[in-house]
Amino acid sequence: MIPAIEQLRELVLATVPGAKLEIVPSTPAAAQPALLVDRENALAVAQFLKHDVTLLLDSCSCVTAVDYLKQGHIEIVYHLYSVALKHGPVVLKVRAPRELSQCYVPSLTVVWRGCEYQEREAFDLYGVKFEGHPDLRRILMWDGFVDHPMRRDYVPPMDYEWEPTPHGETLARAKQEGGVVPPSVLEGKK
Amino acid sequence: MSGPVDEGLKSELQKQGVFVVPVEWLYNWGRRSSIWPLQFGLACCAIEMIAAAAARYDLARFGAEVFRATPRQADLMIVAGTVTKKMAPQVVRLYNQMPEPKYVIAMGACAISGGPFKDGYNVLKGVDRFVPVDVHIPGCPPRPEALIHAIMTLQEKITGQKFTDVPGYDKALPAEFPIPEQGAHDLVPTANRELWQPPKEHPDVTIAEVLKKP
Repeated sequence: MIPAIEQLRELVLATVPGAKLEIVPSTPAAAQPALLVDRENALAVAQFLKHDVTLLLDSCSCVTAVDYLKQGHIEIVYHLYSVALKHGPVVLKVRAPRELSQCYVPSLTVVWRGCEYQEREAFDLYGVKFEGHPDLRRILMWDGFVDHPMRRDYVPPMDYEWEPTPHGETLARAKQEGGVVPPSVLEGKK
Repeated sequence: MSGPVDEGLKSELQKQGVFVVPVEWLYNWGRRSSIWPLQFGLACCAIEMIAAAAARYDLARFGAEVFRATPRQADLMIVAGTVTKKMAPQVVRLYNQMPEPKYVIAMGACAISGGPFKDGYNVLKGVDRFVPVDVHIPGCPPRPEALIHAIMTLQEKITGQKFTDVPGYDKALPAEFPIPEQGAHDLVPTANRELWQPPKEHPDVTIAEVLKKP
């Protein structure tokens, strides 16, 4: 069994004394509380979680990123399970500032090999640089693409002229950026 | 032989096992009865395409069961599914590599317009922006019957074609279409403007007026 999150925090602190660990409660209530670790100690904490005999979290099932535009940071979320001990998940979080030049975290691919593609995806869509990643390239968008489309401040290219039934935000943007509204829509409005 | 053959003579000859038809008819009969599609699927519509080709719906009845794994041997490109901006240049390239005369069926909402994903940053808003489409099939996904209907529609189209007006036989027309580049933010260009034009704004009503109305 996985110890309660407070005990887990104590366990980690006993091995990695310098780590800044924070418990992030989660809403809704059914979800799992998470352990937030600072960037500097993330790798050491990950190594401990994987190799500790009582935890043995040998499988990282999911890596994703969340963009908190207002708070100004991007959160990388790891879901960890133990195949050997049949327990999990433990949610591990790492935060990085949103600015592209500052947006880096240590790669945990060296700990869980399965993180490789998922970290590439987070890099592609959120612009998070994973330091120490063996092959950090875009995975979904093409190599020449410069944006990170899942960021909250991403502006998609203007191609609303195709929109057969523009409404709401799309219509407002079509108006702003000089798009066109096809006759069929206008006839319905008359 | 000049002029149409007398129907009575034709009928008499047929009784003796002699068929008199124009070469064009024979040629089109051969073409429409062996439309070999290119074997590629982009998304879930491909599953319906497979179903159409399998035993239950049996596309073989229309001579279109031989899915070719190379564009060099294909007559028909069934764009079955969402065309992403990353895939679009490859789709155009495959089309360019097909021998003339060639046909395109846009299968499903995504291939026609981007479908439910058209607001996405990564989805082409209709394959007709880059390749000429002969038959559109709406649906999400269209049932196998709809694909069979599209094949039949295409057969009708082929039957009506003459040597002189099949686009591929006219050397003056471009043999291939420009392949879009993958730019920094979007495809460059976003559409082949010779093939596809955006819908025009209504001459009498501006967008601002539409927005004012309840």
